[in-house]
Amino acid sequence: MTAIGSAARFAPVRLLGRIHPSYAALLVLLIAIAFLTPNFLSPLGVMAFLRRGASLAIVSVGQLFVLSMGGFDLSVGSLITLAVMGSALMINNDPALTWHAIALVYLMGIGSGLFLGLVVSYLKVPSIIASLGALLSIKGVALAWSGGSPQGYLPDNFRQFGRVTYHDVPIIQVLPMSVVVLAVFVAICAWLFHGTTFGRLALIVGDNPRAADLAGVRVRLVRIVGFLVSAVSAVTAGILLGGFAGPAQDVGDGFELQAIAANVLGGTQLLGGRGSVAGVVAGSLTLTALFTVLNLIGLPKPLRDAVQGGILIAAVAYSVRRQGWEK
Amino acid sequence: MSEAAAIAAPARARVRSGAWLAPAMIVLCSLAAYCVAAAATHQTGQISVDGFVGLIQRTVALGIVALGQTLAILVGSIDLSVATLVSVGAVMASWMMQGQPDMMVPASLFVLALSALVGVANGLIVTQLRVNPLIATLGVGLVLQGILSASFQDFAGSVPKEFQIFAYGTVGPVTLSILLMFALALVEWLALSRTRFGAHVYATGGNPEGARLAGIKTARVVVLAHMLCSLAAGLTGLYLASRLRSGAPWVGRDGVYDLESIAVVVIGGTVLAGGKGGVWGTMSGVILFGCLDAIFTMAGVDAFIKQVLRGAIVVAAVAAYAYRTKGHVA
Amino acid sequence: MLARLALAVAASILVAAPAFAQSFDDPKEFQHQRDLLKMTPEGPAGKPWEQHLGGGMVDTGKYKKAGPYKVCFSNAGVGNPWRVVGWTTMQAEVDLEKADIAKFTSADAEGKDDKQISDIKDMVASGNCDILVVSPNTTAALTPAVEEACKKIPVITFDRGTNSNCPVTHILPIGGYAFGIVGAEFIAAHVSKGGKVIALRILPGVDVLETRWAAAKHIFEEKGIKVLGGEHNGDFTDGDRAKTKSIVADYLAKNGQLDGVWMDAGATATAAIEAFEDAGMKYPVINGEDQQDFLQAWKKDKLTAIAPTYPTYQWRTAIIAAVKVLKGEAVPGPIWELPDPAITQDNLDKYVSDKLPPLHYAMCGCEGMPGYPERWGVKK
Repeated sequence: MTAIGSAARFAPVRLLGRIHPSYAALLVLLIAIAFLTPNFLSPLGVMAFLRRGASLAIVSVGQLFVLSMGGFDLSVGSLITLAVMGSALMINNDPALTWHAIALVYLMGIGSGLFLGLVVSYLKVPSIIASLGALLSIKGVALAWSGGSPQGYLPDNFRQFGRVTYHDVPIIQVLPMSVVVLAVFVAICAWLFHGTTFGRLALIVGDNPRAADLAGVRVRLVRIVGFLVSAVSAVTAGILLGGFAGPAQDVGDGFELQAIAANVLGGTQLLGGRGSVAGVVAGSLTLTALFTVLNLIGLPKPLRDAVQGGILIAAVAYSVRRQGWEK
Repeated sequence: MSEAAAIAAPARARVRSGAWLAPAMIVLCSLAAYCVAAAATHQTGQISVDGFVGLIQRTVALGIVALGQTLAILVGSIDLSVATLVSVGAVMASWMMQGQPDMMVPASLFVLALSALVGVANGLIVTQLRVNPLIATLGVGLVLQGILSASFQDFAGSVPKEFQIFAYGTVGPVTLSILLMFALALVEWLALSRTRFGAHVYATGGNPEGARLAGIKTARVVVLAHMLCSLAAGLTGLYLASRLRSGAPWVGRDGVYDLESIAVVVIGGTVLAGGKGGVWGTMSGVILFGCLDAIFTMAGVDAFIKQVLRGAIVVAAVAAYAYRTKGHVA
Repeated sequence: MLARLALAVAASILVAAPAFAQSFDDPKEFQHQRDLLKMTPEGPAGKPWEQHLGGGMVDTGKYKKAGPYKVCFSNAGVGNPWRVVGWTTMQAEVDLEKADIAKFTSADAEGKDDKQISDIKDMVASGNCDILVVSPNTTAALTPAVEEACKKIPVITFDRGTNSNCPVTHILPIGGYAFGIVGAEFIAAHVSKGGKVIALRILPGVDVLETRWAAAKHIFEEKGIKVLGGEHNGDFTDGDRAKTKSIVADYLAKNGQLDGVWMDAGATATAAIEAFEDAGMKYPVINGEDQQDFLQAWKKDKLTAIAPTYPTYQWRTAIIAAVKVLKGEAVPGPIWELPDPAITQDNLDKYVSDKLPPLHYAMCGCEGMPGYPERWGVKK
């Protein structure tokens, strides 16, 4: 497949055609939730659902930038934990420090993303190993810094992003601030991925890095930016999670795999070359809806994990089949 | 078949020449660092036969899993389900034995058969459904862990005293389980370097298209590698059941055998993309990990800092091999 | 190929299918712990970590040695805040006993049974230990290693025990039933019959959590209180703050005001309270645990609350016991049953402090110890 061919495939219409199974699954799950919880189909219910899924959606969209280039970023869960624990440590209930702390955790995230990008591009360490190392190290830093247990408190002006809900909004009645953050973040990423040269280059790099190199694409730079977006998404999700429920030492655990799963459900091709922001958002909401349904019907956590495993395999197997048909 | 041999030949040559140097260096440096740390912290008692046996004993479980993982990675695949399979093996063994010596053989055979089956399933999902191996084995691991944790909440049953000989029995100063690990390594090395199967493994991992054109049934090689990898994990489950006297559904997950086995394999110089690397590299990675842990413990490094260093060392070690790679890595 | 695959999957499911519905409810133990709660502890007043509830004393004359001593400690891990606070408290106790403890060696098993077995073996073999204190990672797996160690040196276990009676003494607070009883009795006393109560549990199948719930269930049945949700078996939070808050918010949206919240552990209690705050509802009668964030919310929001505890001061007791054994002084045993006092409205002010970190467990008995409070995470 040539670079040009791959770019041309991403016409919006074909895009919609490509991601519909995830939308269908989401629809079925949402109907199931509506049956199980009577007040779900109200603005209140929908907004509560979006708020619940906001952090996963944000990290998943970030992960898309790395997956679409053929890499993996396993460090996002640890980065979420570091953002939450680090903020609580630095702010320690002094509202005046909130903005400094937010700036600092974003800097840490950028540092980590930059580091990963450099290690992968220049030291040629496969991103799955590099980010696995980062997963261990960053979690270790968060725990060593705090002594293994949350220290300090988050004041209201930090927690507002995850916690505050605007009332008496026209039409939708209520609007959680985390849903606003989600919308803004997704809009920026959608523009970056689908509306800029960078987004097109990202897919080309994922499709065939050698060809991209020969065509004069600055593969390393593109890759580094991908890791940066992923890291920034993790910090953003961390701020929402810390805001919603306060600091905890295991807040980010498991997000890396869920983000990859959401991408798989949303039609992102592992090892690069294909993906869309809309698909990933749908995929992540599908996962959130799935967890909600499994929880509502009272399935214990181990079996929820088992179902998730089965669905993952099925989703990838299905997308492989579909590619086969299209060829 | 002769074409296949031709393709495999360079791979075999690569294994032989200089393949000993890096692993030997890693082992020597690790052991030297261990001795220095022991001397510096006035724990010279650790520099003794018992000390070294204790050191290696700590690595047996990871070592056996990693020997299997080496095969999966060499054929260009990977196995994230090993940690779960360790738990499955340990739980099924002790649950079936219920302390009765006459159930030892049937239970062990059952665990190995079940592991082989899971391995074949992994291999088939990867080769026939063409699911990315990371997702395939992650998914299989999640499914197995889910069923296991839902069925067993705690240690299930127990193994008879006789079965504990597997983990605790000794020959002279060395334990049987250590000998088993090195014996397995030797067998695997022979199989990889001296048999047609070994040549096919390197060929399949190094250049799957070429291998297929040369008449190698690459799908079968991948399935077989996955089966052996899962067998190693099942065997580790048996070892842990023997060592802990019983199996619980969390023993594999708590040991982080999935990620750590991948880490030691790549530290040992096996390339994640497949086709390059080998057994002794993996064993050297295992010993490096064992020494690091012992050094950190002797030096009293806090558990969280230890985690930071472990992550950094994995990246640094892989970078030391990889930075000369030509072209781009994702 | 696909057929074979399906067969393989089906077979593995069949193998693991027989679910073992373990019963954790032991009415005799429930009654025993209920009696212990009413018992007056023996020992120095105001120092619950040196007290004990009934039971005999063990003669330790045969372990008597000249000091100072080399004490070794095999720790299961510091994977959660409770263990972090306990471990800090233990180190402070070692500092307090400096005159008697010449060397304190510890190994952290990072939550791995396999590693802890090796740790214990190495410590015993090193010859650097006059006594070994063990906080076992799991009961069954560590039994053989502890039995081996007992043959060489005196051993003391605390928190989770072993299936062996070879340790000189095993230290533990009353236990899971007691925790459940205290919380449920308080809620039952403050919620009228027919009131709406929910039960938030971390996860099923863990013995200590199951016994807490079994006890609460008994009490609620006795008092005629029905628990909403999960066929009256409570809801599972996985110990996750966000999930806890979502579950409570869902209840509030569906059922309106709730009257009581029972919890099997306190780490997410403030998340539950916040759900009421965000929904603009009246606070429920609630039990948490002795974590500072809960105690602070209790004081600030004037909650009707109680905090049963699983005291972290048992980490102190283990060191105190170790020194006593080596001095040949009798210690309570073979089981040293520690009192586990609850924090109530009457003594709340004694424990609450807005300087300490949110998940500091207040029942640490550490207030007078060297380095308090900085050592427990307070910035100067």
